[in-house]
Amino acid sequence: MSIFINKDTKVIVQGITGKQGLFHTKQMLEYGTKIVGGTSPGKGGMVVEGVPVFNTVSEAVEKTGANASVIYVPPAFAADSIIEAVDAGLDLVVAITEGIPILDMVKVKRFMEGKKTRLIGPNCPGVITPGECKIGIMPGYIHKKGHVGIVSRSGTLTYEAVHQLSQANIGQSTAVGIGGDPVNGTNFIDVLKAFKEDEDTYAIILIGEIGGTAEEEAAKWIAENLDKPVVAFIGGQTAPPGKRMGHAGAIVSGGQGTAKAKIETLNHYGIKVAPTPAVIGETLISVLKERGLYEKCLIQ
Amino acid sequence: MNIHEYQGKDLLRQYGVAVPNGKVAFTVDEAVKAAESLNTSVYVVKAQIHAGGRGKAGGVKIAKTLDEVRTYAEELLGKTLVTHQTGPEGKVVKRLLIEEGSDIKKEYYVGLVLDRSTSRVVLMGSEEGGMEIEEVAKATPEKIFKETIDPAIGLQSYQARRLAFNMNIPKELVNKAVQFMLGLYRVFIEKDCSVAEINPLVTTGDGQVMALDAKLNFDDNALYRHPEILELRDLDEEDEKEIEASKYGLNYTALDGNIGMMVNGAGLAMATMDIIKYYGGEPANFLDVGGGASAEKVAAAFKIILSDPKVKGILVNIFGGIMKCDDIATGIIEATKQVGLNVPLVVRLEGTNVELGKKLLDESGLNITSAESMADAAQKIVELVK
Repeated sequence: MSIFINKDTKVIVQGITGKQGLFHTKQMLEYGTKIVGGTSPGKGGMVVEGVPVFNTVSEAVEKTGANASVIYVPPAFAADSIIEAVDAGLDLVVAITEGIPILDMVKVKRFMEGKKTRLIGPNCPGVITPGECKIGIMPGYIHKKGHVGIVSRSGTLTYEAVHQLSQANIGQSTAVGIGGDPVNGTNFIDVLKAFKEDEDTYAIILIGEIGGTAEEEAAKWIAENLDKPVVAFIGGQTAPPGKRMGHAGAIVSGGQGTAKAKIETLNHYGIKVAPTPAVIGETLISVLKERGLYEKCLIQ
Repeated sequence: MNIHEYQGKDLLRQYGVAVPNGKVAFTVDEAVKAAESLNTSVYVVKAQIHAGGRGKAGGVKIAKTLDEVRTYAEELLGKTLVTHQTGPEGKVVKRLLIEEGSDIKKEYYVGLVLDRSTSRVVLMGSEEGGMEIEEVAKATPEKIFKETIDPAIGLQSYQARRLAFNMNIPKELVNKAVQFMLGLYRVFIEKDCSVAEINPLVTTGDGQVMALDAKLNFDDNALYRHPEILELRDLDEEDEKEIEASKYGLNYTALDGNIGMMVNGAGLAMATMDIIKYYGGEPANFLDVGGGASAEKVAAAFKIILSDPKVKGILVNIFGGIMKCDDIATGIIEATKQVGLNVPLVVRLEGTNVELGKKLLDESGLNITSAESMADAAQKIVELVK
């Protein structure tokens, strides 16, 4: 088991003929992801990397039976691509694109109300269920199949955490990058809910950062709803207020969204926070041992 | 992106939002000329810098005569203003807004911001104008009112009206306040603002509702569709190194410490700042080279870091997934050959082609310390800059 994606997920790549789209299609196919088609307006009929290309998402879905898509379309056109995918009735849409205008995403979210599609991202590394399916841009080889779920606002920091786990012989059930933008499709609580229901996830790592209050809301939800152990890390403890730290959503403004407030709230709800990014794995291991889950999480 | 108050007011005027008459001046003579052209007996001379708190810092002067306008303009132009938002180094005043004085009856607050938890734009209002809204939120949160806007239909008149009544705007001026808010919302949406704050919004003796100050920020991601806004950018207000970095698509922010750093990914970069500080060091910058950075981009990043005289050592922390470690290594070697490396450099590489990357660095003959992990890297660079 896993969340959101597995070996049966059939994926189309929106923007498959672009530089990014092409490169990652190759990488995803090598990983074993079932890429069944791609879209690129005006290039319908082409075949790239053995994958058929269509002009529209609805046609691609009709011809291939895809239930998920991944978007590598430039920011100016990405909101339109998300809406097209939602309109085609896909279960899951993963938007990798960084730099989508905020007000475009506000409209996208409004359009998605009442629709069944789950959007992950934008501005995210994607989702991976190790050994089964990789949708996104993360380096597949660092992951190992196992029982720790990861949810994160950051890409490379997720790789860091995954790497620490894999080095310690602890595998992952699914790793979800929810993205660094202030308006995104799936939030921490959505992912935590899915991990709660997943029998194969025994423990969870939550990686947050400055800006907004999503970590505080997640901490409260965890305390009230989740009995699986959760360990957190919050990036940007030393970030100066009012300065944007790379991600559009990573900014402390008006005293809101500080790492200090997030860490205090997490601690208040009994969630251990790794003091540095170098010990995310160690911190999880200490909690797994406390809870008698360490042996169960080790790769046999 | 930020713009100046006078530029914000020009935009508001285009959308029918009431603002006092005024003109920008770059010199003392222009300031006096601007004042002469205004039909008023009271002039306001306002320093234009990208920071709030100008009034308290002495950047806003009231003049009764043209001679006083000249005196104040002479005093303010070229002066370094230090406000709670500029940092201790302050900002040099290079532009003034010369405005007609207003007969203020009462000050209010109106602002449009993105509410992240609902993913919608929210219109906020308060009768506690003139002070920072964060302070109002702390002291008297019951005096802040909010209207959440449905993006499908936009701000509705009844919402603006309800907010105006909640703010205790006199009922004979409510309609003017509604027009004001609807105009402000149009600017926000049509120009892709990230923040539009009017503090204070004032009612005047002659029955006007107008913006005495205007803070408009714009979504950087949307600037591609607003060349007219991009033209308002004032490079004097930005750090030179940040401008240089933006040319290469690098995310760079100058900080106060002495350890330069180059990292891939914003989250990892923030975390690297944190770990440097955890081990007792101070980062000189935030620098995210991005996920798919080329050797050229890495070289550009390196040059920018080395151009900062505060930098006494550099930490490179790369988790190469998409980015290959050998490309990073090549970039570092090229850059140091071009600019010369005269400070200690600690490199931590992990991920794709890591062995090849390490080998390239080792064989380069450069003075590079290799690190095995993030913690190891941070401890080593902190030790080396002591």
